[in-house]
Amino acid sequence: MSEENSPAQRVAIGISFGNSYSSIGFTSAEGKAEVIANEEGDRQIPSILSYVDGEEFQGTQAKAQLVRNAKNTVAYFRDFLGQEFKSIDPTPCHQSAHPVQHESTIAFKIKDGADETENTVTVSEITTRHLRRLKNSASDYLGKDVNAAVITVPTNFGDTQKEALTKAAKEAGIEVLQFINEPVAAVLAYDARPEAKLSDKIVVVADLGGIRSDVAVIASRGGIYTILATAHDYDVAGTQLDKVLMDHFAKEFMKKHKTGGDPRENDRSLAKLKLESEAVKKALSIGASANFSVESLANGIDYTATINRSRYELLASKHFQAFTRLVTHAVEKAELDPLDISEIILAGGSAHTPRIASSLQSAFPETTTVLAPSTSPTALNPSELAVRGAAIQASLVQEFDVEDIVQSTHPMVTVTPHLSHAVGVLCISDSEESGVFQSIVDAETPLPVRRTAIISTPREGGDVLIKLTEGARHIKVTKPEPKPKAEKTKSDSDDEDSDEDSEEEEEIREKTWKVGKVLAEAALKELKKGAKVEVQINIDANLNVNCIFREVGGKGGVRGLLAGGKGQNGSA
Amino acid sequence: MASVQISLPLPVLPEGWSAEKDFKAIGQLSQATDRNIEPVGPHFLAHARRKRHKRTFSEDDRIQAQTNVKKVEDDDDLGEISDDEDPLLLQREAKDWKSQDHYAVLGLSKHRYNASEDLIKKAHRKKVLKHHPDKKAAIGAAEDDQFFKCIQKATEVLLDPVRRRQFDSVDEAAEVEPPSKKETQKGNFYKMWGKVFEAEGRFSNNKPVPKLGNEKSTKEEVENFYNFWYNFDSWRTFEYLDEDVPDDNENRDQKRHVERKNQNARRKKKTEDTARLRKLVDDCLALDERIKKFRQEEHAQKNKRRLEKEAEQKRLAEEAAKAKEEEAKRKAEQEAAEKAAKADSKKAKEAAKNAAKKNKRVVRGAVKDANYFHSAGDAPAAQIDSALNDVDTIIAKIDNEELAALTAKLNGKKDAGEIKQIFQDEVKRLVDAGKTKEGELKSLSA
Repeated sequence: MSEENSPAQRVAIGISFGNSYSSIGFTSAEGKAEVIANEEGDRQIPSILSYVDGEEFQGTQAKAQLVRNAKNTVAYFRDFLGQEFKSIDPTPCHQSAHPVQHESTIAFKIKDGADETENTVTVSEITTRHLRRLKNSASDYLGKDVNAAVITVPTNFGDTQKEALTKAAKEAGIEVLQFINEPVAAVLAYDARPEAKLSDKIVVVADLGGIRSDVAVIASRGGIYTILATAHDYDVAGTQLDKVLMDHFAKEFMKKHKTGGDPRENDRSLAKLKLESEAVKKALSIGASANFSVESLANGIDYTATINRSRYELLASKHFQAFTRLVTHAVEKAELDPLDISEIILAGGSAHTPRIASSLQSAFPETTTVLAPSTSPTALNPSELAVRGAAIQASLVQEFDVEDIVQSTHPMVTVTPHLSHAVGVLCISDSEESGVFQSIVDAETPLPVRRTAIISTPREGGDVLIKLTEGARHIKVTKPEPKPKAEKTKSDSDDEDSDEDSEEEEEIREKTWKVGKVLAEAALKELKKGAKVEVQINIDANLNVNCIFREVGGKGGVRGLLAGGKGQNGSA
Repeated sequence: MASVQISLPLPVLPEGWSAEKDFKAIGQLSQATDRNIEPVGPHFLAHARRKRHKRTFSEDDRIQAQTNVKKVEDDDDLGEISDDEDPLLLQREAKDWKSQDHYAVLGLSKHRYNASEDLIKKAHRKKVLKHHPDKKAAIGAAEDDQFFKCIQKATEVLLDPVRRRQFDSVDEAAEVEPPSKKETQKGNFYKMWGKVFEAEGRFSNNKPVPKLGNEKSTKEEVENFYNFWYNFDSWRTFEYLDEDVPDDNENRDQKRHVERKNQNARRKKKTEDTARLRKLVDDCLALDERIKKFRQEEHAQKNKRRLEKEAEQKRLAEEAAKAKEEEAKRKAEQEAAEKAAKADSKKAKEAAKNAAKKNKRVVRGAVKDANYFHSAGDAPAAQIDSALNDVDTIIAKIDNEELAALTAKLNGKKDAGEIKQIFQDEVKRLVDAGKTKEGELKSLSA
């Protein structure tokens, strides 16, 4: 990269470049991520380019061309970038310019000049043009020439694809500072809100896109994110929902107008049907009913119809279920239980659909918060999550040298040992013998880590024993017949039950801890009445544990060191 | 990260529990799993920083805090202002301010014309704190405020942009002597001359001033550089060296005289300076290896073009010669062929003549065989005459080939009717071809 910009003159934005829609965002001086609207006022810019008599259209204007000028309109090309022809799925492009093999890459044959000749334009050239338009929109909005960006990519975006995207972006005059994974960008977007509190949690990011869906299970530990599992599905996506509506309206149309014929058999009718179905789907996410109206749908017959939300939900229930299954499957893949999940973030355009959020909510226990516009009034716009995350990351890394960014994202830095078991202390419970495990550092926390806990003491003060142990999470399933036992734990994170989505006898599922290996014991003597104990645990990358126990507000305290020494058995 | 709050109480220490320093290590953590953390978010950046610099949490907290604090404290850093003071400098009298080195007085010898206004202010404050007469009095030294006055004067000059320029114009300490030819031959041409031009560039009205560059500079850069220096637009003035103008109102003539003198001196110095700079650039240009290189390259280019042209011409000439040769050869061949053909045709003509003679004989013989077309008995002389005449006419009218054909038809035919028929056919053919008229050959007309 010869024309690297020095960090001082860099103007960096976040770009979310999707198959169906792209967005651009920046972080304002107050540190708030904002999504930029393009000249047409769109914040979700369709990733579509269309050419009419040598003039280039992008976004909504290009999308309208799908009806009249489908052959010179390029859409759904993101996933083709850096791929070979044999490994792509051209189905989404059925109603636009078709991809063809060109040397080792993929190209489109379109008339992009003023003359009538057909040119072969590679997918990387198309991407460059698209990114250039995005860049210009951002530059116009900011009044500064944008020259760098953080771009979000799916978790399964390969190195060659990233390389191709870097190249295409460079052609467009954008220096790619970093690629970040879409689900992580979504988590970052939520965590960067000023009201967000830093906590240890497991988050599922479900990204329902236009032509693919991605689910990622992410452990968020003190603001550091680790992807535990991912699932991808190319069959459960927004276009499938469109398809349901298209089929529905096509059938209704044929019923009403016997002479009309099947609008799905004519290219233009199909395109009109598709555009309007998408609009209806979006309307149904907001209102309880929506109006479908297309002029001259087929054979010159105008068609108008209304559909209400429950009808739509009935028609598409198969897809909604498939989506819920996809999410639960990803959780299973991460070897976790639905009880472990504290948040589900819905991202992507189809996440607006209320039914998806509600069916996810019912599939997961009540302790799991589903962050979607229909379930949570404070939720961010799901379509903007990725770009917000990218914009925040762009503002964070924009002052760094490229060299610094590369080094920081190097596996040397990112590959980190993660705790396999939670570490905590034993507290008193009703049975004095066993004690109850209270987690201080959760499993899957990247090392090194430092955590502090404040623990109560017996009311009368005096001497206390602090037992540091490992703990394993255990799902306790209780049948309801013998009345539910008195809850063993009172901690707010532990007393939860979930109703299974099945109609069977309801089991009570609880998250409990099994006490594992005892790590250390320490004593704090002569505590005051009602004093609290502070425990600080430092675990370094070699599993050495450094702990400090002291009375809050008191002096001294007890320090101890546990040598980790990978593989050894001795203890210090 | 906020600390974890645990509301359950800790157990009471069992009787008889004891350990050294109240801490007993028992177990060890289970093996960790290696995973990739996502390089995203502020907390990751902190993690990366710790990992790359091998800091622990508390170290990192401290260092980060320090760097944050530093940004605020930056202003107090006065390391750039020199503390060393030449004893000679300290003994200066304020009345000689014109000859003093203002930068040296403020400890800015290193910075000179590069010193920012901010720096001058800071230096002034620093020096004042040190040399204030009250301070000297406090430590019991003699009350000597001369150097303090020098400092004040220096600040006064340097903080006034107009006067500072006047001083900078004649600031000898900022000048860099151009290197001699010998010095630059050791390979440090660019370094030495670069410094000279950097120093001279301070007088330029046009910014930025192009750099001398190095041996890798392009022709365009080099040309740009010399063009800039040959058209140098300088703000250098020599007012600072003016003679003091007497400011008493009594002697107006004297005053005007001095003023005029000063004007002239300034103009003269300015002209001298322009000439000096011109010579400087000339000298540098003469020593600049790059110019030679470019000239050579150009020459080589020209030569190449000329050689190419010559080669082309040569090639053309050769081609022309070759073509000519080929033409001659072709001609000779053609001539030879023509000659041979001529000889051949002569022979053939003779042969044809002979054949024609023979044929004629045959034809005439045939007429005789046909009894001169007389129906029976000896043909009368008139009949013989007309028949022979007609046959001769036919022979004269037809060419050799037709004659041969006719002969071939007649050959071996003895029957008078047949022969006559053949002749009649021939006549008919001739009539059809328009070579003769019907009735001309009476004896043969049917």
